[in-house]
Amino acid sequence: MRVARTLKRSLYALAATAALLVSPLLALDGETGMHDPSTVVVHDGKFYAYGTGNGLPISVSDDGWTWRRAGTLMQAVPGGRPGADVLARGGNNTWAPDLIRSGDKYFVYYSAPGTQPKAAIGLLIGKTLDPSSPDYKWEDGGPVVWSDGVEDSNAIDPGVFRDPTNGSLWLTYGSYFGYIRLVELNPKTGKRLSPERKPINVAINGEASIMIFRDGWYYLLVTHGSCCAGANSSYNIRMGRAKKVTGPFIDNVGIDMLQGGGKLFLGSGGRYVGPGHFGLLDLGESVQKFSCHYEADLDRGGISMLDIRPLLWRDGWPVAGENFKEGTYEIESVRTGTALELAVQGAPVGGLRGRGGRGGAAATVGTPIPAQDAAQVSANWPSGPVDVRMAPYMLQAQQKWTVTPVANVGGYPGSPYFKITIAGTDRVLTATEDQELVALAAFSGRPEQLWRIDQLTDGTYRVMPKTTPNSKEPLALSAVGSSTPTLARFTPESDRQRWLFKTP
Amino acid sequence: MSDRTFLPSLMIVGVLAGVVVLGVAHAQGLAPSLARPTSPAKATNADGFLQRWLLLEPIAVSGQLTDTAVQTTVKTQHFPNQLTTIPRDGDALSIGDTKVAWHAVDTIGYNVNLYHFAYALNKPTSNVLFWVVTVVNAPREISGVRLAIGSNAASVWWVNGKEVIGIYNDRQTVIDEGVSKRLRLKQGPNVIRAAIVNAGGHTDFCARFLDDQDRPLKGITVSVTSPSTTEGSAK
Repeated sequence: MRVARTLKRSLYALAATAALLVSPLLALDGETGMHDPSTVVVHDGKFYAYGTGNGLPISVSDDGWTWRRAGTLMQAVPGGRPGADVLARGGNNTWAPDLIRSGDKYFVYYSAPGTQPKAAIGLLIGKTLDPSSPDYKWEDGGPVVWSDGVEDSNAIDPGVFRDPTNGSLWLTYGSYFGYIRLVELNPKTGKRLSPERKPINVAINGEASIMIFRDGWYYLLVTHGSCCAGANSSYNIRMGRAKKVTGPFIDNVGIDMLQGGGKLFLGSGGRYVGPGHFGLLDLGESVQKFSCHYEADLDRGGISMLDIRPLLWRDGWPVAGENFKEGTYEIESVRTGTALELAVQGAPVGGLRGRGGRGGAAATVGTPIPAQDAAQVSANWPSGPVDVRMAPYMLQAQQKWTVTPVANVGGYPGSPYFKITIAGTDRVLTATEDQELVALAAFSGRPEQLWRIDQLTDGTYRVMPKTTPNSKEPLALSAVGSSTPTLARFTPESDRQRWLFKTP
Repeated sequence: MSDRTFLPSLMIVGVLAGVVVLGVAHAQGLAPSLARPTSPAKATNADGFLQRWLLLEPIAVSGQLTDTAVQTTVKTQHFPNQLTTIPRDGDALSIGDTKVAWHAVDTIGYNVNLYHFAYALNKPTSNVLFWVVTVVNAPREISGVRLAIGSNAASVWWVNGKEVIGIYNDRQTVIDEGVSKRLRLKQGPNVIRAAIVNAGGHTDFCARFLDDQDRPLKGITVSVTSPSTTEGSAK
């Protein structure tokens, strides 16, 4: 398996370049072919990710949705290849990087394997991720850790982590040959803080390890299974947690990851086979995403693809969310329990009828009542702009919204922008210049009719117009009262801007 | 329009008739939850609720509560200048064959109990329309505020002559259930007006302003004396 993996990984840069297929909506757009992605990092408003391939290919995005290739990291390294010490400790392959900002520097850690498990993890040091910056260059920082081909470890797949409790910097690494290991880094140099100390074994039977922290717990996420075989790859992401950064990392059934434990975080699903290489993208204000690659995206010819998805939390464990799917929904305020609706007079589903007594007086059941759609009840709706309000959800036509992705208008990490219309009509939810809401008769494509729908860490959604006229700050759909939606600055500590999308 | 001199006599007769004829506790006075104002102006309560109002005795209407029916009811002229008048305590009106009067009240609670208000006056509580008015005095211009109301049942609200809230159908009073878009209170008096339609059962309302952070607006007072103002645009 290792030999095959080596050969196949070397082909990924080429394969990714060939991945410029027609992109279906609801997966990242543009040049998204990638294997072993690094953590996605935001720098000067742009999103950067690096992956396996010759010279460590760079992927960049202006919005987190549409991606493009931008050369390789090694193009900005003196000599255009790993430094001599890295080559001596490992080899000339360049795989699976990860990076972090520390002070005014970026540290990129990358795998430089020879014949595994002889391998090294090299360090590159730079001040900016922007290749167009005059300050853009990467300096060789030498090997940080390595494996000699005999010891019980394979020094590839670095994952770098800053402990938010004290600012210390840590590196996990390893791949199948033995253990996933942990070493502490010097936040100023990016190199090992205490090279004389023996690395700490924290897991086994995996690769692509990385840590995250939340609410007093350290989580170690590791990819299990086999890679690099397209739709025949069994890659899946598993995890354990510990109260100390050094472990022990225990899964949900009490098994130490050093003994092969690991609670499933994400396996194959939908049209995607073999997720691996978790990375946290924390956008703040209860919006967390994670990046990964799929070994095979069946909608794009089965090649390996980058994806960004919502990261949720439940019962003390991270949960892989799904990017928003188009469909028709009730949009319900978490705060009030009332539903967004067109401000028109509703009609009961099935028409007016008698109460029938409490509990129903009829001795026999009736025939099914069909769902109400706009064509049935919209004859008297005003033809022009109509207010938007909230009311108890009663399955009525003015309460059902169709959410549809809009092509070629950009997006945000993981998703394109959406338009939100009353189902069966062109009446479109629109942000107004006085920071309120209205339903206009038709979609114009203007940014106040394009909506960003982020799933928050609790599973609810934040809904934001791409821009609001007369407002410089981003605003979110907000429930100020039981029947009144508005736009307001997102406040994560409140339920005002949290919404549920329920299938009617 | 004004029949103020007639009203006290009518009320006295009415009270006596109520006691003598009905012999029940339909005392024609203020409900226990209401009191006569004794000061020129009243601050909001701790939660920002407006507790001083002029209430018009109920007007008989169909009691239908759909959006269209309520809008038709409140836009029907029941008395002259119903969307602009700033009545005084005791002003009386003739609506058809019925005489109704305005009552200045302070409510003890956060809400105004219209059911008890009407019941205490031996007036109907079902299929009725209540007009209510108050004057909010702002110490300075305040932008970005919202009128926030709850009502049982449907109601339509105006601030300085502009319609800002309509909530419909049979409903209970829930705090902040109906909230206006952002508006501006001008310095000095601002007229708040509402029409509440009840079909049957209990009826009441509550109202307050929220500031630009959606917190109860404080620092304003409420009066029911006629301000020397004309109603203007809310925004």
